Amino acid sequence: MSVMSAYGNSMVQRTRSLARDTGIVLARELRPVLADPFSVLFGMVQPLVFLGLFGPLLAGSLGGAVGGNVWSWFVPSIVVMTTLFGTSTTGSNLLFELQTGAHERMLVTPLRRSSLLIGRSLKEMVPLVGQALVIVLVMLPFGFRFDPVGGLLALALLAVFGVGIGSLSYALALAVRKQDWMFWLVQQTLLYPAMILSGMLLPLSAGPGWMQALAKANPLAYVVDAERALFAGEYPASVGWGWLAAGLTAVVGLTVGIRSMVRSAE
Amino acid sequence: MIRTRALTKDFTVGKGRVVQAVRGITLTVEPGELVALLGPNGAGKTTTMRMLTTLLAPTSGTATVAGFDVVADAAEVRRRIGYVGQGNAAGHNQKVRDELYSQGLMYGLRRPDARRRAGELLEALELTDLADRKVSALSGGQRRRLDVAMGLVHAPTDRSGRPFLLFLDEPTTGLDPHNRANLWAHIDRMRRQQEMTVVLTTHYLDEADAMTERVVVVDHGQIIADDTADALKAKLAGDRIMVTALDPGRTAELADLVGKLPGARDVTIIRGTPGNGSEQSTTPVTAANTVQARVDDGPAALPELTIVAHQAGIRIAASQVFGPTLDDVFLNLTGRSLREGGETDATESQS
Repeated sequence: MSVMSAYGNSMVQRTRSLARDTGIVLARELRPVLADPFSVLFGMVQPLVFLGLFGPLLAGSLGGAVGGNVWSWFVPSIVVMTTLFGTSTTGSNLLFELQTGAHERMLVTPLRRSSLLIGRSLKEMVPLVGQALVIVLVMLPFGFRFDPVGGLLALALLAVFGVGIGSLSYALALAVRKQDWMFWLVQQTLLYPAMILSGMLLPLSAGPGWMQALAKANPLAYVVDAERALFAGEYPASVGWGWLAAGLTAVVGLTVGIRSMVRSAE
Repeated sequence: MIRTRALTKDFTVGKGRVVQAVRGITLTVEPGELVALLGPNGAGKTTTMRMLTTLLAPTSGTATVAGFDVVADAAEVRRRIGYVGQGNAAGHNQKVRDELYSQGLMYGLRRPDARRRAGELLEALELTDLADRKVSALSGGQRRRLDVAMGLVHAPTDRSGRPFLLFLDEPTTGLDPHNRANLWAHIDRMRRQQEMTVVLTTHYLDEADAMTERVVVVDHGQIIADDTADALKAKLAGDRIMVTALDPGRTAELADLVGKLPGARDVTIIRGTPGNGSEQSTTPVTAANTVQARVDDGPAALPELTIVAHQAGIRIAASQVFGPTLDDVFLNLTGRSLREGGETDATESQS
C-alpha cells in the first residue's frame, strides 16, 4: 500500500513538474509572438494569394458543383491551409535554435526534455487561431457566413490538428539537423501532395479513382471535410472522422516529436 | 568538483568508421579552481566538456560532477552547473531580459526571484541598457556577455558553500581583443564575488597562459600535460634564441657555435624571413639566414655567443631572446605547433 502511494505521489510530482516546465517553454515561445502580433500575418501571404486569386476563379468555374456559396466551401479550406503552412514550417525556428546554441543551452538546464517539445507544439495554437480569425473576418464583407458554435468547434479541431503537424515539423527539424536544407525539401515535398489530395483546392469528386483512394488515407482530407461542416453548423459523421484524424495526428506527432527531442543531444 | 576516470567517447562517422574523440581522460578538479583545457581543434576538449555537462553519454569510463554521476544523475548535475557553449545561448528573436528571466525559471527560480536575478546579471555584465533589445540586434561581444550571464543565473550569490561549477566552451572565440579583455574582467570579478569553479576550453595560448591557474593540455583525446602555465613552461620548454650572421655565408658556422651553448637543442637554420610565430611581429631579425635554437637560459647565452662568435670572426647582425610560451610547451610535447592549428577533426564540431 505504501509502495503504491509513494508511486502515486511521485507520479503527481512528475506530472506537476512536466506541466511547469511545459509552461515555461510555452511562455518563452509565445513572448515574441505576443510582442509582435503582426508577425503572424507573414505566414499568411500564400493562403491569402490563394484566397484572392484562386477563390474568384473557383466561383466562376464550379459555382454549381460545390453547392451553395463558394466561400462556405473555400474559406474553411484556406483556414486549414494557413494552419498547415504555419505549423509545418515551425520546425525551422527550432532548426535555427539548434544552430545558434539556444537549444543546446536548454538541454543543459534541468527542464524535462519532453517539455521542450510539448511547450513548443502547444504554442502553435495561438498563431493559428489568430490567423483563422483574420481570414474569417476578412471574408465577412464578401459574403462568407458561419455558425458561431460550429465555428468555435472548427477552431478547436484546427488547434488539435495544428499541434500534431507542428510536432511533426519539429521532429523533422531534429531529424535533419545535420543537413538543414533537407528540412525544406521534405516539407515542400509532403505539403503540396497532401494539400491537393485533401480536396482543399478543388473537389476530388471530379478526379480519378486512384486520387480518391489516396485521399481516403490522408488525414488532412478528413480535417478539411470536418472544418467545412463545422463552419456551416452541420454535424454529419464526417465531423467525427475529422476529430479522429486530428486526434491521431496529434498523438502520433507528439509521440514522434518527444522521442526525437529526448534524443536530440546526441 | 570533477572526478573522471578513463573517460572515452567514440563517434561513428559515415559507414562504420569510428573516431575515438576522447581516449581515456582521468582528471580531478578541486572546488574553486580555474582550469583551462588547451589543445588544437579536434583534440577532444569540447567532447570532454560535453560529457561533463551531460550533453553526451561517455562510451566508457565514469565522471562525477558536483558530486553526481553524469549519466545516472544527469538531472542533479544539471542543477549545479552553468554552461556557456560555443554558440549563442539566447534565442535571436527573444529580448535580452526575457531570456535571462526564462533561464532563471528553467533552473527552478520563482518568478520574482528570476526577475530580480535577471536584473542583477544585466547590471553585473553591463547589459542593462540593452535589456529590451532583441538578441539579434546585439553585437558579438554583447551576445557573449549575455551567454555568460545566462550561465550564471542559478549561481549562488553568497558564499553559502553550495557548489557551483561554470563550464565555458571557447568563451572568447571570435571576439576582438578589447571584448576578450572585457569578458575576462567580468569573469574575474564574478569569481571574487562568489565561490565558483571554472573549467574552460580555449585555443588562445595567451589566454590560457595569463588568465588561468591550471592548464590541462589535451591532444588526440588524451591529457599530455597538466600543471600551472609557469611550471609547464619551466619544465617542458626553455628560452628560444634567434641570431643572424652579418655574412650569410657563415650561418652554418654560427649554427655550430649555437649548438655548443648550455642546453642547446633544436638548432635550425631558417631561410628567408623568420616567422617567429609570436606576438612580436616587428622583430629586428629579418635577414635571410637566421639560426634558431632552444637553450636553458637565453639572456645569459646570447652575450656568451657574441664573444665566441667574435673570436671565430663571425659578426652577429641581430639577436633576440623569446621566453617560453605554451606553444613551445605543446611543440615540445607533440612536435607540432598549436599555432598552425594542428589537424582539424570533424568530430569536434559534430553533434
